[in-house]
Amino acid sequence: MILTAALGLPMLGALVLAVSNRWTEVTARRFAIAVSVLPVLLLAWAWRQFDPQGALFQFVEEVPWVPSLGMGYRLGVDGIALAVATMSALVFSASIAYPVDTKHQPRQYYAWMLFLQSVSLGVFLALDLLLFYVFFDLSLVGMFFLIGRWGHGQAQLAAFKFFLYTFFGSLLLLLAIIGLYLSVEPHTFDMRVLIEQQPLAGTGLYAGLVFLALMLGFAIKTPMVPVHTWLPQAHVDAPGPVSAILAGVLLKMGTYGIIRIPFAMMAETFARYALVIAVLAVVSILYGALVALAQRNLKRRIAYTSINHMGYTVLGIAVAAAVLSDDTVARQIALTGATVQMVAHGLITGTLFLICGSFWQRTEEYDLDSYGGLLRQAPWLTAFAVLASFASLGLPGLAGFVAEFHIFVGTFGVYPWLAVIGVLGILVTAALFLQMLQKVFFGAMPERWAQFEDLRPLEWGVLAVLSAGFVIIGVAPAFLLTLVEASAKLLMGGR
Amino acid sequence: MPIGDVLPEISLTLGAVAIVLFASFVRQRQHHWAAVLALLAIGLGAGLTFAQWGGTPRLTFSGVWALDGVALASKLVVLVAGALVVAMSPEWMRTDRRHGEYYALVLFALLGVIMMASASDTMELVLGVLLSSVASYPLAAYHRGWAPALEAGMKYFLIGALTNALLTIGVVVVFGLTGNTGYTEVAQGLAGGSDSLALTIATACIVLGLTFKLAAFPAHAWMPDVAQGSPAPAAAFLTVIPKIGAAVALARFVSLLPPDVAWRAIVAVISVTTMTLGNVAALRQTDVRRLLGWSSVSQSGYALMAIVVMGVGDQALPALVLFLASYAIANLAAFAVVTYLRGRTALEDYQGLVKKAPIATVVLIMSLLSLVGIPPLVGFFGKLMLFKVTLEGGYAWLAFAAAANTVVSLFYYLRIVASMMFANSRPVVHVLPGQWTRITMVIAGLLILAIGLGAEVLVEYTSAIGFAM
Repeated sequence: MILTAALGLPMLGALVLAVSNRWTEVTARRFAIAVSVLPVLLLAWAWRQFDPQGALFQFVEEVPWVPSLGMGYRLGVDGIALAVATMSALVFSASIAYPVDTKHQPRQYYAWMLFLQSVSLGVFLALDLLLFYVFFDLSLVGMFFLIGRWGHGQAQLAAFKFFLYTFFGSLLLLLAIIGLYLSVEPHTFDMRVLIEQQPLAGTGLYAGLVFLALMLGFAIKTPMVPVHTWLPQAHVDAPGPVSAILAGVLLKMGTYGIIRIPFAMMAETFARYALVIAVLAVVSILYGALVALAQRNLKRRIAYTSINHMGYTVLGIAVAAAVLSDDTVARQIALTGATVQMVAHGLITGTLFLICGSFWQRTEEYDLDSYGGLLRQAPWLTAFAVLASFASLGLPGLAGFVAEFHIFVGTFGVYPWLAVIGVLGILVTAALFLQMLQKVFFGAMPERWAQFEDLRPLEWGVLAVLSAGFVIIGVAPAFLLTLVEASAKLLMGGR
Repeated sequence: MPIGDVLPEISLTLGAVAIVLFASFVRQRQHHWAAVLALLAIGLGAGLTFAQWGGTPRLTFSGVWALDGVALASKLVVLVAGALVVAMSPEWMRTDRRHGEYYALVLFALLGVIMMASASDTMELVLGVLLSSVASYPLAAYHRGWAPALEAGMKYFLIGALTNALLTIGVVVVFGLTGNTGYTEVAQGLAGGSDSLALTIATACIVLGLTFKLAAFPAHAWMPDVAQGSPAPAAAFLTVIPKIGAAVALARFVSLLPPDVAWRAIVAVISVTTMTLGNVAALRQTDVRRLLGWSSVSQSGYALMAIVVMGVGDQALPALVLFLASYAIANLAAFAVVTYLRGRTALEDYQGLVKKAPIATVVLIMSLLSLVGIPPLVGFFGKLMLFKVTLEGGYAWLAFAAAANTVVSLFYYLRIVASMMFANSRPVVHVLPGQWTRITMVIAGLLILAIGLGAEVLVEYTSAIGFAM
């Protein structure tokens, strides 16, 4: 019941907000924050109860929904899902608590945020392919309204582009899911059955097409070069907290989906194409970093680093899938790294986008060149921005380093030359973050920012919670690594 | 004569007759009671259809009338859809001098559609098509003083006259080829081999005739005009209900053809053309009702996918009926909203509607998202079944084309949604007074969600349906 509660409570909260039309902004806000914290607590509790020595999927719940189609309401988590889901719930709480201009529609804003929290957790907790797809699609609907209604700039255009582009991906996904479904007898959408049976092994073209559709669908969501073009605009025009969710949670659906579906269910096919995927991932890493370096817009720059960082995750997954290599340890390390990267990127980039939101609330300006010398004016803001940037560029002692270290160690064991090229990405990332910090916080301060206000207690409180997350993972990652490694081992052992 | 087999149809006929008499003797102000009569007749018909459910599939009345799962299931869908149309009409028609007769026409048109779905004989098919057409033309032009309605009715009539004539020619040629009109005998006759040119002509004529009722390419041109110009409840009827009968009739007819006619390829081409044409034409519409009309064309294209793979797997017909049901509910909900808003039709009149009419907005958004196929709304399960049977039948390219089309369709549906949700609102929003339309709208909206969540019932009930031969 714990998983149902984790995704059901925010949904109930959203419904309550939708109908209680007398509530003031403050009431709606407090209510939303309180409700959004519940899943975090529930999942943290589940984390404590999770048995790393136990079965792959735990806390399993199963209720038939459309049994004649083999579809059920099936929930359950392995270590990977639990880690990503807990991180997501936390990023949601933080984003909901973060102050934002709700444009006189606070109830609607918080209701959509809670709705989105519920369906996003649903994606990570689902053990049924069709249920996964249901939540996957609903997350698009929630995001569409959040960007379109509360965004700025060309918000509607960005919302349209986001919805159409990623909906194309999810329809490919649907076709592929049906392809997988038809390949087992009796037909079922149960993920556990599909993982166990590996139904498409040795079916050549059919498996190749299903794999292509799945990977294309997830690559759009992740996003990987060259299907990333929806991302920058959606990010720039979305309000800060919504961007934090987009980067911190929604992008993870792509990489999580790769692990859960093609990686786990089509091991043989994935192994055949692992090198291709790894090369594409390295392209994403380098391209994302270089394009980010060229951006003059604060939010665009951070948006492009997401492409770079998600590239590391995909690289880790591709390495882990390369069964042809007999270096099992390296592959396990890579998969662990990929998962840690998802968690780390969610926390770090979430923090960075919330900071962007603070900038927009104060100045409505994202141009890097217009800033300078904010260190003296806003020391707290500077401190958090520096911390998050260093974490993002992979400074040892912070979460990004743990993740990237694992990924590259794994990659060295399997594709050493790709690791060498990929490391260049870290170099560029370091350059772009240092340059960004230098432009915004150091040097001479332009006159117009003389009234620039430092973070308010609520803002730095939220940022402190997220930062604590990636610092703790950086310093003492054991609690996360045990959880993830256990599942990585089981996923690999199954093949 | 096994009168018991057509009791649902008799109840509709008697209901229509009763309404005509009622309307002639009762004051115009009391004519909304005719809607109650119509609902009673439909309810009785649905109840009697339920009573027939579960029997062995068979033909009755010397083989001209099918009593099989497909016929009964589509009959139920038609009756439920008809009930929704009747229930959304009274306030709209209140000021019309001939308010009462409207319901009689609706019942006759329903009867025609049911005949199309149940016909197992080419003559019976012609009869069904003609009855539903004759009753539908006046529905389209019911407000005869209003030019756009007349134009819509005229276009509908002209295209209808042409295609109905073609249909009849096709039926005559089939008779010439096989010496029979009953489907069973026709199938046997054709299986024995026949003049392929004549058969091609006959097939082309009959398929063309049915694409008219289906609003599929190439006889789709009336649909946008009717959706835009005819009275909103009549538009709801005409965009939805004839399609159901026509799709089933087409499926029944092509299943008779020998494989060398390549009917799968023909239907597949019509399917892709229809969905693409409908979507592309809808893209730039600035008129919501016209947009819904074009979207309705494209939805016919999706429905045809199930017919393409009929007979390959055993789930094609269930998928067809399920999809038609899901489409019917969503489209009727959309038109219920349009009716409730007094038929407002320009896209810019929908700006900021959420602030003035939140419930109508929510229902319209749900119906549009259901037409796209966003889960867990009912439209998702319709599309899911279609994709499933199409992939199963080996037509992956067709499924892919439909998926690409769905993305295109999302664009124009979202334009309506964005206009209602993101734009600033208009000062005044006129809605129909009274509760009929409002309640119908809410019920349709709830059905979209409830049937989506309870899809198991539909899937299970339809899973074993097939044709009686």
